[in-house]
Amino acid sequence: MIASTDPTRGALLRCGPGESIDLARHRALGGFNALRKALAMSPDAVREQVKAANIRGRGGAGFPAGMKWGFLPKDNPKPRYLVINADEGEPGTFKDRYFLEQDPFVLLEGVIISAFAIGAHSAYIYVRGEFVRPIQRLEAAVEELYRAGILGRSVMGSPFALDVVVHPGAGAYICGEESALLESIEGKPGRPRVKPPFPAVVGLFGCPTIINNVETMACVRLVLEHGAERFLAMGLPKDGGPKVYGLSGHVKRPGLYEGPMGLSLRTLIYEYGGGTIDDKPIKGIIPGGSSTPVLRGDQIDVNMDFDSVKAAGSMLGTAAVTVFTEGTCPVAVLTRIARFYAHESCGQCTPCRDGTGWLERLVESIEHGHGRPGDCDLLLSAAGQILGNTICALGDAAAMPVISFVQQFRDDFEEHIRRGACPYGNKPEAH
Amino acid sequence: MFPNLDLFGTCYPESGPAGGRDDRGGEQMTLAFSSETEGRFQKLLARYPNRQAALIPTLILAVREFGYLSREAMAYVAQRLEVPHAQVLSTATFYTLLHKRPLGRHHIQVCMNVACYLKGADHLAHHLRERLGIGFGEVTSDGMFSLEGVQCLAACGTAPAIQINDDYHEDMTPAKVDALLDQLRRTSAPAPTQGGDQ
Ligand SMILES: Cc1cc2nc3c(=O)[nH]c(=O)nc-3n(C[C@H](O)[C@H](O)[C@H](O)COP(=O)(O)O)c2cc1C
Ligand code: SF4
Ligand code: FES
Repeated sequence: MIASTDPTRGALLRCGPGESIDLARHRALGGFNALRKALAMSPDAVREQVKAANIRGRGGAGFPAGMKWGFLPKDNPKPRYLVINADEGEPGTFKDRYFLEQDPFVLLEGVIISAFAIGAHSAYIYVRGEFVRPIQRLEAAVEELYRAGILGRSVMGSPFALDVVVHPGAGAYICGEESALLESIEGKPGRPRVKPPFPAVVGLFGCPTIINNVETMACVRLVLEHGAERFLAMGLPKDGGPKVYGLSGHVKRPGLYEGPMGLSLRTLIYEYGGGTIDDKPIKGIIPGGSSTPVLRGDQIDVNMDFDSVKAAGSMLGTAAVTVFTEGTCPVAVLTRIARFYAHESCGQCTPCRDGTGWLERLVESIEHGHGRPGDCDLLLSAAGQILGNTICALGDAAAMPVISFVQQFRDDFEEHIRRGACPYGNKPEAH
Repeated sequence: MFPNLDLFGTCYPESGPAGGRDDRGGEQMTLAFSSETEGRFQKLLARYPNRQAALIPTLILAVREFGYLSREAMAYVAQRLEVPHAQVLSTATFYTLLHKRPLGRHHIQVCMNVACYLKGADHLAHHLRERLGIGFGEVTSDGMFSLEGVQCLAACGTAPAIQINDDYHEDMTPAKVDALLDQLRRTSAPAPTQGGDQ
């Protein structure tokens, strides 16, 4: 049985805080059974399984992995690449670090299966540069697999050859965007490419490339281990599998939790997370990383899957839930978010480069007590002008939190402006 | 076997990042990778289908070897990789971890993003500024510490988080930070004066 009553351990999260799984333990837990099964199948059959499981990409957008793999051109003689996105930059998100640091063989087994399925003989794992220790752990794990004959010229004695390169980032959130990530591997500044062509057609070094998130790889492994049907049964019919949820902010037990896709947000916060600090009422919930629209505390009865969160007016994103309780100033929270996106804009499109700066300065001036009547509408209109008008989704990621915070907590913003000070008594720090 | 990179095998050099020489003096010196870094660099070259793809990892090696990317260090990397100098400049200036200025031996990065903010990051940052007597972007006069406010470190479940050189320190409090600073002071030899190492 893979389902576990302990919500912190199970199919995806096999160990708790401070623990880690080495190669021997991975083998003891049935490691490489999934890979063995895959190698006994044809790549087409593996792709069919992944497609049937309808794994929705765990990097934030929820695009089905099997469908993405299907975009690879059939008759392109160039080599194909698999690129794993371990840039983990979306504020609030801390799930992929777990796999790199505590359970790298789950990731690597998923990578080998996926590379086999799409016909790639090189895979790059792009890890954010701050993760020095996780990179060391992952590199050591890769070395071990070479020594064990699980990577290299002949994967587990099969004719399939695969090399894995762990590639470090160097501090730029935008490199999490898939085409910026490719530019970064190529040694360039991380500026997103204009699409089309999509990476599946023209990707890394001009070759067809599939980019997937770390947790997506862990899901591919599960699908091969248990079959598409079992995988789907672990979640919802259209959005299957287990999911790693992150919980941070004002909760008693923050951390990573595993649950079925579609877990209720209330269960996650009150049962898994033990409720809020000092049992205060919830003021707001950011459900999937800082770019996803904020929910009010009374919108807690939503299921955490891609479609349900969307129906509630937000996005599942990375399922990184950040909770803040009554007494927290939404203006202060939004200031941090707006500052982040302004800092991280790559600067190549005007609406994003200038717009994120505008949003930051406006929100900051409200926080510092210099807001003017009409600023709320100004924020909404400035954000609205970024939406949909940029090369990559960072522009939207910057605009959506602004629009949602102003809409959900307009009274707080207006009160802030009227008083020329924080109604909650915050004294903003100089930065 | 495919050559894999032990990119981060070198810890900061004994002299610390502050030991990297400043190029303001106008003094001409020739930089070169140590033999250990050279070995890593050669392995890097073998990993990628072209030399430019090795640029960011090589710049990381250069930061770790020289302490920061002086103009001279960037020119050296351009020459070693046979990549245009302008390409090196354009890449080096895009990424925040490719430091263009000398840092303290212990570079302290404080996460100022939302999850950490909710758990007292502003307070922690204020405390660090007071204790070290420096602001964000500054280095203590003895070259021991530098301080920087950074964005989400992906440690939100154990907020507030800081990073000192290669290591994360999570669930921080002012008291824990004080203990860390004391320990770092005790275990480090005095920082070299500028240009003083070797
Ligand atoms: C600004 C921006 C930042 C992103 N950051 C990440 C990231 O850190 N990790 C990630 O997996 N995906 C990130 N993405 C999504 C990727 O572009 C891409 O959709 C994803 O890696 C695909 O993997 P998946 O299909 O397995 O989810 C980001 C997207 C944007 C627009
Ligand atoms: S939207 Fe922003 S981050 Fe994306 S390409 Fe344009 S300027 Fe760069
Ligand atoms: S917000 Fe500080 S680690 Fe994520």
